[in-house]
Amino acid sequence: MSGGGPVADVIVIGGGLVGAALAYGLSREGQAVTLLDEGDNAFRASRGNFGLVWVQGKGSRSPAYARWTRASADLWPAFATQLLEETAIDVGYRKPGGLTLCMSEAEMESRCTLLQGLRTSLHEYDFQMLDRLELRELLPAVGETVVGASFCPHDGHVSPLLLLRALHQAILDRVAYRPGEEVIAIERRDGLFHVRTRRGTRAAIQLVLAAGLGNAKLAPRVGLQAPVVPVRGQILVTERLQPFLPLPTMQVRQTEVGTVMLGDSHEEVGFDVSTTVAASRDITRRAIAQFPFLGDVQMIRTWGALRVMTADGLPIYEQSQTHPGAYIVTCHSGVTLAAVHAKQLAPAIARGDLPPELDAFCAERFEECHVVQAQ
Amino acid sequence: MRKVDLAVVGAGPAGLAAAVEASACGLSVVVLDEQPTIGGQIYRHIERVVEAAPGRTAALGDDYLRGAALAQSFRASGADYQEGSLVWHVEGSILWYLRDGRSGSLKAGRILLATGAMERPLPVPGWTLPGVMTAGAGQILLKTAGLLPGQRTVLLGNGPLLLLLAQQLLAAGGTIDAIVETVPRARYLQALCHVPAAWGSGYLPRGLRMLRALRRAGVKFYRGAQDLRIEGKEAAEAVTFRMGARMVSLAASHVFLHEGVVPNTHFTRLLGCDHLWDVGQQCFRPVTDRWGNTSVEGIMAAGDSAGILGAVAAEDAGRVAALEAAHRLGWLDSSIRDEKAHPLLRRLENQARGRRFLDNLYAPTHRVPREPDIVVCRCEEVTAGEIRSAVRIGGHGPNQMKSYLRCGMGPCQGRMCGLTVTSLIADELKLSPQEVGYFRVRPPLKPVPLQAIAEACPTEEMAEAPASGQARWG
Amino acid sequence: MSFRRSDTGGTNVRFTFEGRSLEAKEGETLAAALLAAGVREFRHTPASNQPRGPFCMMGICFECLVEVDSRANQQACMLNVRPGMVVRLQRAARDPEA
Repeated sequence: MSGGGPVADVIVIGGGLVGAALAYGLSREGQAVTLLDEGDNAFRASRGNFGLVWVQGKGSRSPAYARWTRASADLWPAFATQLLEETAIDVGYRKPGGLTLCMSEAEMESRCTLLQGLRTSLHEYDFQMLDRLELRELLPAVGETVVGASFCPHDGHVSPLLLLRALHQAILDRVAYRPGEEVIAIERRDGLFHVRTRRGTRAAIQLVLAAGLGNAKLAPRVGLQAPVVPVRGQILVTERLQPFLPLPTMQVRQTEVGTVMLGDSHEEVGFDVSTTVAASRDITRRAIAQFPFLGDVQMIRTWGALRVMTADGLPIYEQSQTHPGAYIVTCHSGVTLAAVHAKQLAPAIARGDLPPELDAFCAERFEECHVVQAQ
Repeated sequence: MRKVDLAVVGAGPAGLAAAVEASACGLSVVVLDEQPTIGGQIYRHIERVVEAAPGRTAALGDDYLRGAALAQSFRASGADYQEGSLVWHVEGSILWYLRDGRSGSLKAGRILLATGAMERPLPVPGWTLPGVMTAGAGQILLKTAGLLPGQRTVLLGNGPLLLLLAQQLLAAGGTIDAIVETVPRARYLQALCHVPAAWGSGYLPRGLRMLRALRRAGVKFYRGAQDLRIEGKEAAEAVTFRMGARMVSLAASHVFLHEGVVPNTHFTRLLGCDHLWDVGQQCFRPVTDRWGNTSVEGIMAAGDSAGILGAVAAEDAGRVAALEAAHRLGWLDSSIRDEKAHPLLRRLENQARGRRFLDNLYAPTHRVPREPDIVVCRCEEVTAGEIRSAVRIGGHGPNQMKSYLRCGMGPCQGRMCGLTVTSLIADELKLSPQEVGYFRVRPPLKPVPLQAIAEACPTEEMAEAPASGQARWG
Repeated sequence: MSFRRSDTGGTNVRFTFEGRSLEAKEGETLAAALLAAGVREFRHTPASNQPRGPFCMMGICFECLVEVDSRANQQACMLNVRPGMVVRLQRAARDPEA
């Protein structure tokens, strides 16, 4: 289809967790949405996500980010229920609180300092430092060398894969979802955005760039900046186990089907999603120190995915001044923020604006903008 | 870290023959195999059987006995054999393996993957019931333990292995109630145009002899069966199918399925090699040149894992790869390599021509399950219907499908469901399997205990090994 | 109804399955030994507790998983029987407490 054809209210570029949550939220506001996505071999940060819906520790240098994150965590239970009702898919969201395990007294101290800092800047902040005994009561399987942990009641976890599936299912009859259509060109003409893919050109009143690392190349076409770089994370997943870990931790979490995910690595290696024996070894050693019985458990799969990272690790939310109606939405916490994206950000975009609490997240905050070209 | 000129993964005909040839050229060779004995699957337990159960070899036939001579050559070759070694990854030129629960590593100048074939999945209703196995499994039980299935045995499917299994079981004193073949009658005529080549390569005369023997033994033969189902509550109890207008039901406690064999591409996929959809054989195989080089420098593939040509051809292909490895490592001039390889390459071409008859006649009939309740991913119990529905919400490729439904995320890592998932997506979207693609395969090659990963020791060589020896796109 | 042996001979090896003492032949796989003893069900699936038994006998299908000497999810077709092996059904997912 090219040229003529219905004009959508919004075209969302990017069908991962960020784009799909926005498309979902926009459609619930009655917007006519087209969602453009890449093919089966897209980088898909969504598919490499650890699955935490995480509050603790975030935004220590940005109260706005701490508040936005907390708002999303508060909305998540209703969001999960909503998706279940609409799609019959249980995305596996649980909110038992979360733990960051500390392997030394020094780690305990710095963790405590960080969280205390957040409590000071936000005036209220729920967390608790647990010593070895208290931690062992919660998690009997924890190893001898774990000194303690920080606990936050607002933390939870979810299956990022089921979340994406539920969002795609929910939008099936409400959004024109077009996979396998990478964007070739964007043009602004006659007050509309014209987006060209291999299948032709589509027009919309507004445009949302939610293409993760792909945003770097797309943003300048609508007068925006997306200085994002890929930061690889490697994850290991085990065979299924009977439930043993009721709370997610930052580096080890047991999923809704019983498999255990091990993670938390950070490498800047460009657009390379391969996994390395060295990282697998490091992740595994730490996981076994934290839960010694894991030594006998079998690893089924590893994978690498690319986080969408800005220089300060905070999201970019911005509406273009030169091309009003074009927005950029990029973050590395697409899971945690899915609820607030669907239930607050999308309705705001439908009204033609961004929520005022997101003023802190425009790209101008970066002194130098490194525009990284996707390969 | 130990260094070797040629590391061979797989101690079947291709791997063993390659080791013999490479050793003769002067290379240092290590053969690693997950199993405790040499022979791969086709010659499984060959040394033990010849020594301790010679009576079994009569039933198994000359094809099996050929492995004994190969085993002897291998033992005399000077190549090092590491049994019970599961290679779980290759990073750069380093192989990572698990042996006796401990982690090991080996650096190799060149690596030859000779990991063989696997049975093509034949997903029919009830195929996950206890008592249902592949024809290959039936052969392995006979070879390794002399086991014969008891009463009510039905062989079901399509392919020469079905007839071979039947013949071997009968020769060993077993009984078979029926062979239910799914080859449409019309195809027998179509296949006739390939008869001359099939005759020349020996396939056809053997096949006809087999059929005669089975008929004489009173085995019931059904041809052109459709709508196969395996019935039973806790285990297989019956096989039902349609013959034209009439429904047939046979009591069956042992059901052996077969729909041909396909290359086991798990390793070549793991290492990022390019693959293509072979239309004649209806399967994926790695892209290799005539020498067995894959698209990844230093990685070679030979034998059935590179393309189905059978056990005899696998030896020739192994030897060709060894000669190429010797040449690349500076042990052999290209002209000597060409001279030695010439007769082997000729024989391989002859075998390939003969295969076309079989490929045509025995093309799979059940690649795309029609009924929604059929389990496709056995590990995670994902059905054909669920997969088709997921295509409609955006699962246009196997990796998105895996992410939606968990198919391919169980311990078999997609080996049993990969081809079917690709075929279902291709069927829904009216694309070719080549266009749809296949699961992305990630380390470890097979599940390994976390302790072994934790023990994978760093060395100065590891720091140099390029992280992107595998495909950039994952 | 189960498998029977076509040849006698070979050294006997004793092992236990679910507490029962069974006999195998030296050098054969655990899967073959269990099938010869009439065992059809090796495990229950973690997803829905369905009974499963060996399918491919060559280490590809992961259906023949059993617990061997307290180690969960061992492929019976890839292990040779050892005297005194203690084998149990693999009942759904591995139990970390064990």
